[in-house]
Amino acid sequence: MATTTSDVQIDIDAHDEHHHGPDKGLMRWVKTTNHKDIGTLYLWFAFTMLLIGGAMAMVIRAELFQPGLQLVEPQFFNQMTTLHGLIMVFGAIMPAFVGLANWQIPLMIGAPDMALPRMNNWSFWILPFAGAMLLSTLFMEGGGPAFGWTFYAPLSTTFAPDSTDFFIFAIHMLGFSSIMGAINIIATVMNMRAPDMKLMDMPLFVWTWLITAFLLIAAMPVLAGAVTMMLTDRNFGTSFFDAAGGGDPVMFQHIFWFFGHPEVYIMILPAFGVVSQIIPTFARKPLFGYSSMVYATASIALLSFVVWAHHMFLTGMPIAGQMYFMYATIMISVPTGVKVFNWVTTMWRGSMTFETPMLWAVAFVILFTIGGFSGLMLGVAPVDIQYHDTYFVVAHFHYVLVTGALFSIIAAVFYWLPKWCGRMYNEKLAKIHFWWAVISVNVLFFPQHFLGLAGMPRRIPDYSTQFADFNMISSIGGFAFGASFLLLTYIIVNCIRNGEPVKDERVWESARGLEWTVATPAPYHTFNEPPKKAEILNESSHIGAH
Amino acid sequence: MQSNNQYFVPHGSYWPIVGSVGMASLLGGFASSLHGNVLGTGLMVLGLVIIIFMVFGWMGQVVLESESGIYNKQVDRSFRMGMGWFIFSEVMFFAAFFGALWYARNLAVPWLGGEGNNFFTGQVLWPDFKAVWPLIQVPDVSKYTVPKGIIHAWEIPAINTLALLTSGATLTWAHWALLNNKRNQIIAGLIATIVLGVIFLALQVAEYGEAYQHLDLKLTSGIYGSTFFMLTGFHGLHVTLGTIMLIVILMRVIRGHFNPENHFGFEGVAWYWHFVDVVWLGLFIFVYWL
Repeated sequence: MATTTSDVQIDIDAHDEHHHGPDKGLMRWVKTTNHKDIGTLYLWFAFTMLLIGGAMAMVIRAELFQPGLQLVEPQFFNQMTTLHGLIMVFGAIMPAFVGLANWQIPLMIGAPDMALPRMNNWSFWILPFAGAMLLSTLFMEGGGPAFGWTFYAPLSTTFAPDSTDFFIFAIHMLGFSSIMGAINIIATVMNMRAPDMKLMDMPLFVWTWLITAFLLIAAMPVLAGAVTMMLTDRNFGTSFFDAAGGGDPVMFQHIFWFFGHPEVYIMILPAFGVVSQIIPTFARKPLFGYSSMVYATASIALLSFVVWAHHMFLTGMPIAGQMYFMYATIMISVPTGVKVFNWVTTMWRGSMTFETPMLWAVAFVILFTIGGFSGLMLGVAPVDIQYHDTYFVVAHFHYVLVTGALFSIIAAVFYWLPKWCGRMYNEKLAKIHFWWAVISVNVLFFPQHFLGLAGMPRRIPDYSTQFADFNMISSIGGFAFGASFLLLTYIIVNCIRNGEPVKDERVWESARGLEWTVATPAPYHTFNEPPKKAEILNESSHIGAH
Repeated sequence: MQSNNQYFVPHGSYWPIVGSVGMASLLGGFASSLHGNVLGTGLMVLGLVIIIFMVFGWMGQVVLESESGIYNKQVDRSFRMGMGWFIFSEVMFFAAFFGALWYARNLAVPWLGGEGNNFFTGQVLWPDFKAVWPLIQVPDVSKYTVPKGIIHAWEIPAINTLALLTSGATLTWAHWALLNNKRNQIIAGLIATIVLGVIFLALQVAEYGEAYQHLDLKLTSGIYGSTFFMLTGFHGLHVTLGTIMLIVILMRVIRGHFNPENHFGFEGVAWYWHFVDVVWLGLFIFVYWL
C-alpha cells in the first residue's frame, strides 16, 4: 500500500549492492547472516527436535498404557523421560521462540537485520552440534542420562552413567548459544529499532522478547555454573554436592532452580507476546491495557528470580523459607492475572473471527489459565506436600508448556507463515488439525491431574492397578495428539509448496504492525531505510500503544 | 562497500561454523578423554586449535573492517551492548560459584554440624564432625584430602590485590592517553598493565604450588578446596584471557590502530579487565580474608 513505492526503491538499491539476494546452494544456510534465513533454520531445527522429543513421549505413553512392564526396561524408560524433557525444553521450545524472534523482531521494529548478524549465525550453528551430542548419549555404553531433566545430584554425579559428561557439555553449548542469541536480541531492540519508534511503541512480542533476553543472560550462566560443578564433582574430586566433603546435594537444587524458575518464564513470556499480537488482529480491537501488559511482563520477570525454592518444598528447607517462597510465588499470579484479563477484555465486544491462528490463541488463553491455576495449587506449601512429584505436577507443567508455549508457537507459525512464504495454508485442514489436537491434548493431560491427586508418582514405568483406567485414557489421547503432528507437518509443507499465493501486504485484514507493511512474501532484505514516523505511529496506535 | 543505505549488514561468514566444529571437538574430545579414550585427548587439542584459529580469523576480519572505516556509530553501539551484556553473563557465572560458597559456609556446613533442627543429622551421619570455617576437617576424611592449612589473605593474595588494583589504574592511564592521542603513553600504560597481569598470574601459580605441595590444600580437600580452587581458578583463567586480549590491543596500538573517537576494541578489553578486577576483590574478601 503506502509502502509499495519505497519497497520498489529498496529493491533497486539492493541490486546496486553485491549482497542482494541469497547465495545459491547449501552454503547459503551455513554462511548466512540474514535474520530471515537464520529464523528459518531455527524453526526447522526446533520442529525436528519436537518430533524426536515427541517420539520419546510416545514411548513413555506406550509403556504406561497398561500397568506392568511391557515394552521397555525401566532404565530406558528413565532415559526417555529425561531426554524428552531436555530436548523439548532446550531443543524445541527455546529454539522455536528464538526462530520467531529472528524472523519477526527486525520486521516489527523496522530494522534491516539483527544487530550482530555473524554472531546470530553462530548462535544457531552451535545447536545442531549440541543436539547431536545430547542425543548421542543414548547410544553410549551405560545408556543416556536417566536422572530426569532436572539432573539432581547425587543421581547425576555419583550414580550417573559415563555419558553424563557428554550431556554436561551439550548443556554448556546450548547455554552458550542461548546467551549469544539473547545478547543479540537486546542489542537489536535497543540499537536497531527505527529511530522514530519509542520503547512504548513496540509491539508486545518485541517487549516480551526483550525481557526474556534479559532473563536468559541472567539465568543461563548459572546453569553453566551448576553443570560445571557437576563435572568437577564427577571427575576431579570436588565435593560441591557431597555431604561427606562438606557440600550439600540440596545446594544443587538451589542452584539449578535459580536457573530453572526464570527458565520457565523464558519459555512462556514470548508466548504471551505472540498471543498479544494475534488476539487484537482477530478481535479487530487494539490490545486492551498495552502498558499494563508491559509492566506485568517486567514484574513477572523480576519475581521469577526470587521464587525458585517453591520447587523444593519437600527437599529440606527451614519453615521461614517455605513461607517466604510460598507467598512470593502466589504474588506472580497478580501480573499473570493482569495479562489474562487483558486478553479477555481485548476480545470483549470485538468483531471476532476464528481463523486458525486465533483458534490457537484462544485455546492458549483458556488452557494456559488451567495450567496457571494448577500452578497456584502447587505453590501452596502445605498442599504441595501431597502433590509434589506426582502426575499432578506433570499435568501442570504440560498444560503451561504444551498448551501454553507450544500452542503459542503453532499460533505464531500460522499467523506469520503467509507473510514469510507468500502462501496461505489450507484453512479447512488447519481447522481440522486444531480440533484434533486440542481435544486429544486434553484427553492426554487432563486425566493426569486425577492420577496425581490419587497419588501416582511421576517418572515410573509401572504403577499400581488402581491407576490403570486414567493412564489408558491418557495414552490414547497421547497417541492421537502425537499423530496430529503428522497432519501439521503436511499442512505446513503443503502451504510452503503449493499454498494459494498471497499478495496483500496486510495478509489479515486488521493486522497491524510494521511487519505487515513490507511486501508479501517478505523480501530477503527489508527496511534498508527505516520506516517513517507517521507509519510507525499508525501501526502502533492500532496495536494498543499510546 | 558502504552503500547509500545507512545500515551495516555483513556478508555471510564461514567463521561461525568453524567455531562450532571447534567447540564440538574440544568438548566432545574432553568428555571422551575423561573416560580414558586416547583419541579424545587428540580431538580436544584439535578442537582448541580450531577455536584459536577461529577467534583470530574472525576477530582479524572485524579489525580489518573496522580499520577500513566501514563501521558507523550504530555498529559501535551494537558492539558496546554486546560486550556489556556478555560481561553481565560472566558476572552471573561467577555468582553461581559465590552462591555455592555462601550456601556451603553459612548453611550446609553448620547444618552438618547439627545446627537448627539438624541435631540428629549430625548424630546419625558424622557425630564427630565440627562445623568450623575454613573447613579443614571434612565429615568423611577417608574420601577427601585433609589440608594442613590454608592460604592466608595478607600474604601473596594481598600482593596480588595490589597488583590488580594497580593494573586497573595503569589501564585507565592508557585509556586517558588514548583519548588525548599520546601514543607513547598508551603503549607504556598497556605494557605496565600486561606486566602486572603476568605478575599476578605468576604469583597465583606460586600460590597454587604452595597449596598443593606444602599445605595439601587441593581441589579434593572438601568444600573449602572445591570453592577455593574453582573460584580462583576460573578467575585466573579470565585474567589469562584478559592478558592475551591486552597483548593483542598493545600490538594494534603499535600498528597505529585506534584514535580518540573510535576505539571500541580498546574499551571492550578495558571493561573486561575491570570486571576481572572486581571479581578479584570479591575473591579477596570472601575467599581469602573473611
